[in-house]
Amino acid sequence: MDLGALFGNFDNFLSFTMGGLVFGAIYALIALGYTMVYGVLQLINFAHSEVFMFGTFAVAWVFVLLHGTESATWSLGKALPILLVALVAAMLVSAAIALLLERFAYRPLIKKNAPKLIALISAIGASFALSEAMGLRDRFAGWFGLDDNLADYVSPDKARDVYSNPVTIQPTNLFKIGGYSVSDVDLVIIVAALVMMIALDQIVRRTRFGRGIRATAQDPEAAALMGVNSTRVVQGTFLIGGLMAGAAATLYMMKIGSTRQDAGFILGVKAFTAAVMGGIGNLRGALLGGLLLGVMENWGAAVFGSEWRDVVAFVLLVLILLVRPSGLLGESLGKARA
Amino acid sequence: MIRSTKSLRSFAAIASIAALTLSACGSSDDDNKTDGGTTGAAAALCGKNIAFLGALTGDAGALGQNMVNGIKLALKENDAKNPDCKIGLKPFDSQGSPDVAPGLATQIINDDTIVGLVGPGFSGESLATGKTFYDAGLPSISPSATNVTITQQGWTTWHRVIGNDDAQGKADAKYLTETVGAKKVFVVDDGQDYSKGLAGTVKTALGDALVDSDQIAVKQTDMSAVVTKVKASGADAIFYGGYYTEAGLLAKALRQGGFTGTFMSGDGSEDAQFVKIAGAQAAEGAVLSAPAGPAPSGFEATGLYATQAYDATNIFLAAINGGAADGKAINDFIGSYVGDGVSGPVAFDDKGDIKETKIYAYFVKGGKLDVENPSPIE
Repeated sequence: MDLGALFGNFDNFLSFTMGGLVFGAIYALIALGYTMVYGVLQLINFAHSEVFMFGTFAVAWVFVLLHGTESATWSLGKALPILLVALVAAMLVSAAIALLLERFAYRPLIKKNAPKLIALISAIGASFALSEAMGLRDRFAGWFGLDDNLADYVSPDKARDVYSNPVTIQPTNLFKIGGYSVSDVDLVIIVAALVMMIALDQIVRRTRFGRGIRATAQDPEAAALMGVNSTRVVQGTFLIGGLMAGAAATLYMMKIGSTRQDAGFILGVKAFTAAVMGGIGNLRGALLGGLLLGVMENWGAAVFGSEWRDVVAFVLLVLILLVRPSGLLGESLGKARA
Repeated sequence: MIRSTKSLRSFAAIASIAALTLSACGSSDDDNKTDGGTTGAAAALCGKNIAFLGALTGDAGALGQNMVNGIKLALKENDAKNPDCKIGLKPFDSQGSPDVAPGLATQIINDDTIVGLVGPGFSGESLATGKTFYDAGLPSISPSATNVTITQQGWTTWHRVIGNDDAQGKADAKYLTETVGAKKVFVVDDGQDYSKGLAGTVKTALGDALVDSDQIAVKQTDMSAVVTKVKASGADAIFYGGYYTEAGLLAKALRQGGFTGTFMSGDGSEDAQFVKIAGAQAAEGAVLSAPAGPAPSGFEATGLYATQAYDATNIFLAAINGGAADGKAINDFIGSYVGDGVSGPVAFDDKGDIKETKIYAYFVKGGKLDVENPSPIE
């Protein structure tokens, strides 16, 4: 244990904390998908990690399409136009996958009033199917004889290997806090995540659609009697979760730049943890949980060594749940006041 | 505990059954030969297969693909030279995982048509499967598993045509302190058998030049904590023990975090994917060592370990074409083999390690991993 590594030097402390906030912001955006679906359906959508993973590929594909496969290093400003296209593409792709999930993995089960556990298994199955589909994309393209034409996108024979964005986004340092320089990429990730979370929170609190979500979360039958179209609400919930996962995927690719067919798994577990930490079903809880988890991981890595980061994060989760079984802010999508 | 002992026992039982089956097959082949008498001097194991066990997909799948390319090239040449004695390839994809490999090892020893194994690809899976193959008497030659402890287990069927991590680690430390002139080296590994072994040797060999160390997890993508530690330590060079995915992400995060020292890693990172993941700018100047020289010009199979896999396959082919009729005969042949492969002179000591080994430093130059012009370290 080395507390000095974390607290001995204020610049290092800031550096560990900022690094944690950046990843925490990405966790939080993914956590929204888990939390919204849980809030409305009391169901954990384990396939949400794959919704995110498809988004990361969409980002890389857009860069290959608009730039080519030649390796390049750009500043954030230069990459911005393509990045915005990639953001739209990733949000659309992720939202489409989320809607497909809702249509084929959940709606048939919900219609038949299947127990929640059945839907959970359906989600796990869908998660594997989606991840493997991405890992076998070269074969699917091969069926149509397109694997040569699409080689840059499906990487024949290497579809399960890492797939990288050819354009590396080089962060520029904007300003210093003490001895720590804040880069534009980190700032954009944190600010973008915060803005999206606030916007979503306001949508749920203030709009007619948001009222529908809250009503369905509170009492689906009563909501239906009051004229809320519950299928639409569920669809909308998946759609929003998918859009947020697509945004998270874009921010992730800005920072990391590489993805793989199983890239969603660990991030999905972390995001789910963040959702539970903050109080699953609670939007503000997802933000708090995500940021807290990201920071705790980095602090844990600083004090105990990087191999202990997950241990520290999960011990913290257990401790929080012992004291507050429903998470830091409680489960309250339905109870949010209008 | 009880459970694992039990499964180990049943595993051993399966292994011994397989060993019996294998030896039974060997003798039945002999019978055919003497009974028929028409096959003449032809080798006894024609039409059989060589297995490959290693990562074809996953974190380090590119490396296994390189090896299979080397094996296929050797087999293709054999088919052309000896059209009457074709040998096939059965690849088994372990994803490089010590958890997946044992199940595949059982499949391999239970397959009567497999007479030898090129592999296992990595150290972790080698340690996990070595006893199974040894009990079954299946001779194996690994093109790439470099952990020191594998050949200390007494598995006499296990060989490798590549220098171990001890030699590489010492050479890497020497390169960093003498050629680069680094005064403070920070060492990171990913906790796997190969990585810990290599990083451990480097740490020991660095002595006072080691400033601090850290361990990351496989599939970790957020390197910000490591970067902060490296910068806080004032290191002027970093050594990473592990594979190209995390190596690329680490190199990228370090450069973006303002680290300007030398980035060095071992043979697990020596792949073009490293440059793609790190990005050309962050990868520039990185030094990647490997106990393997460049392939001779005009050699068809490219990529790290392709030449070793090609050489390993050719040793099996020489044994089969020389008339070896069972696993034991092949194993004896390998033990006494002396020859010149495309990767260098090949001969084994009594533990199964290659006798002569040379460590090379490869460089990332102009946005590409230069695989043709490495410089020998020793």
